[in-house]
Amino acid sequence: MATYLILQKLFRTGIVSEPAPQADPALRTREQELHEEILGVFGQAVAIRHVDAGSCNGCELEIHALNGPHYNIDGMGVKFAASPRHVDVLLVTGPVSRNMEVALKRAYDATPEPKWVVAMGECACTGGIFGESYATCGKISNVIPVDVEVPGCPPTPVALLQGILAAVSSKKA
Amino acid sequence: MKIGEHDWNLAPLGKYIWRGRMETGQLLALARAVKDEGGQLVALWGSDDRHLDAGFCIHAAFLTSAGLAWVSSTLSVDNPAYPDLAHIFPQADRMQRATFDLLGIRAEGAADERKWLRHGAWQETTFPLRKDFDTGQPPAHELDAYPFIRVQGDGVHEIPVGPVHAGTIEPGHFRFSIIGDRVLKLEERLGYTHKGTEKRFEGMDLDAGARLAGRVSGDSHTAIAWAYCMAVETATGCSVPERALWLRALFLEIERVANHLGDLGYLGNDVALSFGFMQFWRLREDWLRVSARLFGHRYLFDRIVPGGVAADLDDAGCAVLGTLADRIEAEVRELKTIYDEHAGLQDRFANTGIVKPDMAARLGLTGLAGRASAQAWDARVQFPQPPYDQLEVDMATQRQGDVLARAEVRFAEVYESLRLIREILTRMPEGELRAPLKPMHAVCEGLGWVEGWRGEIVVAARIGADGKLDRVHPHDPSWQNWPTLEVGMLGNIVPDFPLINKSFNLSYSGQDL
Repeated sequence: MATYLILQKLFRTGIVSEPAPQADPALRTREQELHEEILGVFGQAVAIRHVDAGSCNGCELEIHALNGPHYNIDGMGVKFAASPRHVDVLLVTGPVSRNMEVALKRAYDATPEPKWVVAMGECACTGGIFGESYATCGKISNVIPVDVEVPGCPPTPVALLQGILAAVSSKKA
Repeated sequence: MKIGEHDWNLAPLGKYIWRGRMETGQLLALARAVKDEGGQLVALWGSDDRHLDAGFCIHAAFLTSAGLAWVSSTLSVDNPAYPDLAHIFPQADRMQRATFDLLGIRAEGAADERKWLRHGAWQETTFPLRKDFDTGQPPAHELDAYPFIRVQGDGVHEIPVGPVHAGTIEPGHFRFSIIGDRVLKLEERLGYTHKGTEKRFEGMDLDAGARLAGRVSGDSHTAIAWAYCMAVETATGCSVPERALWLRALFLEIERVANHLGDLGYLGNDVALSFGFMQFWRLREDWLRVSARLFGHRYLFDRIVPGGVAADLDDAGCAVLGTLADRIEAEVRELKTIYDEHAGLQDRFANTGIVKPDMAARLGLTGLAGRASAQAWDARVQFPQPPYDQLEVDMATQRQGDVLARAEVRFAEVYESLRLIREILTRMPEGELRAPLKPMHAVCEGLGWVEGWRGEIVVAARIGADGKLDRVHPHDPSWQNWPTLEVGMLGNIVPDFPLINKSFNLSYSGQDL
């Protein structure tokens, strides 16, 4: 019964990933570009490890959203992996809380070369509303080297994809 | 205001919100009286009031039969201490330890005096929330060396997890003591995202405070920003326009639907039904995009401001939102049928991560997780703030207290929130969006109380004579619910932890502050 209902729902839903009728047209061309760029650079895949270095969890909402069917990142070869040892890109959110400073450095050290760091969100780029204090080190680049900064509070999934693209493109340069 | 036989001399501070000051001995007696009538401790925090010639202060917010009671006791400057409340309300434990870490105010007679929010960034002898704390001092860089409670015996071993997890989750450390796959004990170590949020509030103007409040826990942005605004509006005697209040309720229900849709998807994902994840996250994305189109932000950030709101909705927008609400409801009902019919999902959901009603009551489990364990509290229902006093919210409850019950409460709340959204769209009055806040020239205080998607949010605020924030304490329900997750995990197997954890979906940032 459940299988029948699932299949029925799948057929009714169709594929939402490709030209979504309600999506912004500019957004769609960007998705296509991203696809080619990433395939061009990495051949098959970019693996990403997310590290929350002290975020308010707003940015995490958009990372989750990026994994949804509208964005089809698997189809683009972008994959989130479970360990920093398995990835090309570290995606870091939050101002770096002092309580996460050591863990972030260790995650960075555990990531094999070549590696790129994408700082996601206002706090990650500038320290944001939390700034630097007894409890935070401020922006990510105060703690580890950063390749790309994606501003926004939080950045949209599309902006985030653009940031990931910018990071992997730098390999060509 | 009477609780039990005694009149506690509390004065009304807002609708269903009471305020009083008392000696610490009386505070203890009040806590017992609240416990006896079936109430709960909601929040506990401290403040340094020496600049007001009032020593240190311990504050507690109790849920009582008459509403929320905010009571404070003044403590001596030389030896700031108050009697332990955790032996009456176990949920006080971590709040007491955090209060010591931040202010050096001690709970006398407490069974657990380990540090909580302090890891190694500042020393045991300095207290960041004291007004004379030297903000320029270099970080201590001490090792955390947290004394976990060890479980010993033949075949017992430990699995340490975190703070960096395998998935996209906030950082926290979980220490499992297990035999085979069976969990004998789970101990949480939180505080990794401690950002000094409460210190940051000090000296901010009221508008900036609203932006910071919304970033205490991003997934509850609207609820915390509203509670903060309610607090400063109470403090300054601001009367918020009717239309603004209705729009705030609209935003709050939109936030609830967005979060519940996301969780229902992830619950499917965690039992290997990725179909569920993709379907619910498709609906969620449609929902977020309409929010962005109508209000200018996918998560409605900064749309609630002191005195009112910073976004409006026209008739065309109402139609768009109403139509989408209808479609989402129809689709969620279809997906509910699939979840109900799916044997594998039901097998994993049912009887997993159980918190029984009596345990939930003892530990103060609150919010949606509480309602899934027969704790029939919802601030929108029992103590409705405007406009909920005109909306008659239907509360969702379950008794089983397992993952399935928490999923069922989410389904019921999605339907109810969508109904509320449609009702708000048709009944929302015309009028102004924002009233200016009166400048105050004396110290004033207020408290906000909002039923967020996760549970009740309380924000207490004091404004200084200069019109800037002097002390703000935002309280997230995760404070109460994290310790209960440890209990819900007992006897379960390690591979069920992600599922059980997700079924609570608690905030790290909200409790780490």
